Amino acid sequence: LALYFHIGEREEKCIIEDTPSDTLVVGNYKVQRWDIHKHDFLESAPGLGMFVTVTSPSGEVLLSKLYGPQGTFSFTSYLSGEHIICFQSNSTRFAVIAGSKLRLHLDIRVGEHFLDESAIQTKDKVDEVNVRLEHLIEQIHHVTREQDYEREREEKFRKTSEETNSNILWWAIVQTLILISIGIWQIKSLRDFFISKKLV
Amino acid sequence: MPPRGSRGALPPLLLLWALAACAARASEITFELPDNAKQCFYEEIAQGTKCTLEFQVITGGHYDVDCRLEDPDGIVLYKEMKKQYDSFTFTASRNGTYKFCFSNEFSTFTHKTVYFDFQVGEDPPLFPSENRVTALTQMESACVSIHEALKSVIDYQTHFRLREAQGRSRAEDLNTRVAYWSIGEAIILLVVSIGQVFLLKSFFSDKRTTTTRVGS
Repeated sequence: LALYFHIGEREEKCIIEDTPSDTLVVGNYKVQRWDIHKHDFLESAPGLGMFVTVTSPSGEVLLSKLYGPQGTFSFTSYLSGEHIICFQSNSTRFAVIAGSKLRLHLDIRVGEHFLDESAIQTKDKVDEVNVRLEHLIEQIHHVTREQDYEREREEKFRKTSEETNSNILWWAIVQTLILISIGIWQIKSLRDFFISKKLV
Repeated sequence: MPPRGSRGALPPLLLLWALAACAARASEITFELPDNAKQCFYEEIAQGTKCTLEFQVITGGHYDVDCRLEDPDGIVLYKEMKKQYDSFTFTASRNGTYKFCFSNEFSTFTHKTVYFDFQVGEDPPLFPSENRVTALTQMESACVSIHEALKSVIDYQTHFRLREAQGRSRAEDLNTRVAYWSIGEAIILLVVSIGQVFLLKSFFSDKRTTTTRVGS
């Protein structure tokens, strides 16, 4: 849990995870509060918790829970798309008054492609290779899911491009027709006007 | 949690696992950077560790961002303005907290979505050689080569996904822009040309009345 960033006491910080469907996402976090007296970040602040909210691409809230100062959360994506994971502390103090900020350590893992070292500590050689192979198979499944998702998005991309193309063509035709018909109307209208005013 | 097996072997194994976990980490985060905002990330790195920072802007404006990487002494190791994508590898010269920041302060109203991948250290070997007497078996070396190949597949996939997201974002921008500008142009065309005719008619109407007055 090494990567960290600063977040205000009442501030909500969100990160985006673009995942295919049926993917497990596991997050580890640790939050520390700045102590004014010690001029350092406390190792653990009792009573401090984090609201973790996970929103699916359709706007539905998948997870909304209050965890302690250190915790692990996980969710499985039903839809493929951008999931938004938001963090907000449950602190009631305001950063401006208290002059403190929080340090949030974060580690997010997508898919099962992280090595579970604890399962490897077996004496049997065959079991060890077995476990590795299962892990590799899980990785391959994750790659396949990502590829399916990629196919969906490429189709959407292609539809957008084709729509732009037909939009340009259609509007160019419409504008040319407007131009020609307005031109004819202008000439006719002016000619009738001049004839009526006996200038021609 | 490691299984509570033989108590004698547990502490060194835990230590090994902890060391391995510390030695190699990769954090990748996609976040939204609002306009005029700066977001910094910090990481504690041991001396001599080879690290790689890679970032890409996915959506927003001209798809560029400022990036800056500093070592614990405040010396700037990497600084680039308005970059769309870059990758920077360095070896940590001393222990401490390294800081890297992304800045969108030059933009007035576009939010940017930025992806970065910060890799610290090399991955631990799949089959550690501490508690073995023989070389890797064929099964194990096959596992190792499949693992390496899959890691690079996943890496390429991530890059492709980001580029595709960027391309799609541009295509959607283009589509909305074409639609709005076309409608706007058609309306302006109608308004201007009808207005021209009526304006011209109004010129001739005034002149007519003055000539009749002069004539009589």
